[in-house]
Amino acid sequence: MAHQIEPLIACRECDLLLREIPLFPNDVASCRGCGAQLYRNTPNSLNRTLVFSLTAAILFIIANAYPILGIEIQGTRNATNLYGAVYSLWNHEMRIIALLVFATTILIPAVELTMMIYLLLPLCLRRKPPGIALNLRILQGIKPWGMIEVFMLGVLVSLVKLNDSFSIIPGVALWAFGGLTFMFATVAASFNPRDVWAHLDREPDGKGST
Amino acid sequence: MKQAEPTAAGLGLRSCHICGLLSRSDESAGATHCPRCRTQIHSRKPNSVSHCWALIIAAYILYLPANLLPIMETGSLFTYREDTIMSGVVHLWKTGFWGISTIVFIASIMVPLFKLIALTLLLISVQCRSTWWPMQRAKLYRLVELVGRWSMLDIYVVTLLAGLVQLRSLATVKAGAGAIAFGAVVVLTMFAAMKFDPRLIWDPLRKENIL
Ligand SMILES: [Zn+2]
Ligand SMILES: [Zn+2]
Repeated sequence: MAHQIEPLIACRECDLLLREIPLFPNDVASCRGCGAQLYRNTPNSLNRTLVFSLTAAILFIIANAYPILGIEIQGTRNATNLYGAVYSLWNHEMRIIALLVFATTILIPAVELTMMIYLLLPLCLRRKPPGIALNLRILQGIKPWGMIEVFMLGVLVSLVKLNDSFSIIPGVALWAFGGLTFMFATVAASFNPRDVWAHLDREPDGKGST
Repeated sequence: MKQAEPTAAGLGLRSCHICGLLSRSDESAGATHCPRCRTQIHSRKPNSVSHCWALIIAAYILYLPANLLPIMETGSLFTYREDTIMSGVVHLWKTGFWGISTIVFIASIMVPLFKLIALTLLLISVQCRSTWWPMQRAKLYRLVELVGRWSMLDIYVVTLLAGLVQLRSLATVKAGAGAIAFGAVVVLTMFAAMKFDPRLIWDPLRKENIL
């Protein structure tokens, strides 16, 4: 059988065995052997991440509901939202690319935000949602595949390319995507799975003493 | 040289990649589950080197069609042009968009090539059990992981242009077959980077100390 040993940790990148030391707020611990980031002390990280995730969820809905860009030439105009662009690719026999874009800019960010809120909302209300381990495993697995910030850069490049031959009508979703890029960055910076486990170790049944 | 540095594997310990908990495993091989979160844990990522090679070789092969086939077709009443990734960059440069052209060049041409070469070097060095510049190789791997996703840029640009520019006879944009190969290169190299285990860089240095 396996048994726990604390408070030692191993570096993820070089396997060096290290003693876990307490940090000042906003400090980062790095590995003595390879310089990899080990952990951070983000004060109140669960509550903060929840607020950022809820904001991101609202922006995400706006970003997908409204057109990103419109173009006009000689009185003919066309506008599209993200889903419309994906659907157009699907109809033009580019199904694999349509699926790739759909997964990385719509599906995975949506799943990421849903799971984040599912996990953090009960924890912040001092309850324990079922399936925390599975939730964190999935969150970690899909994280590299959510690419809102890359898509945002793609929107800017498209804007420049289109500006050459069309007049451009910026859509509501353009601003929403800008905000969403920022919110995803703050969620990534404040969320720390380690804090979830620390929280659970302190309050195993989810019921706080005070 | 440095004195003996204790590693988790050297002491028969494994750390969980999900929750970070360190636990002792009696068997050196075989599956163990993390006592806290029940994730299956391994001392090193299983088959890291061989799977990573397979993904990289597939990416090298697709790298050719990704760069030779057109990724975008632009048509109107009077004109028609096909753009590969490189000709798109050149066209942007010629029309005076130097900044954007540089960004696209870095994201679409430099980054995929850098990833392929960097991962190849890392794999060879790990297979030779090289003790050469471990810190630089660790930093190289971190850079590969950091920049990999930005290659998707061109896929998104093509998606947006093809979605927007559908003005019948006036102008239409279509995605080309090169986009599929290019998307595959990005996805394959991302999987390869995830499959590579950076701890293998450090193992040869520390084995000497343990034994
Ligand atoms: Zn380390
Ligand atoms: Zn675990």
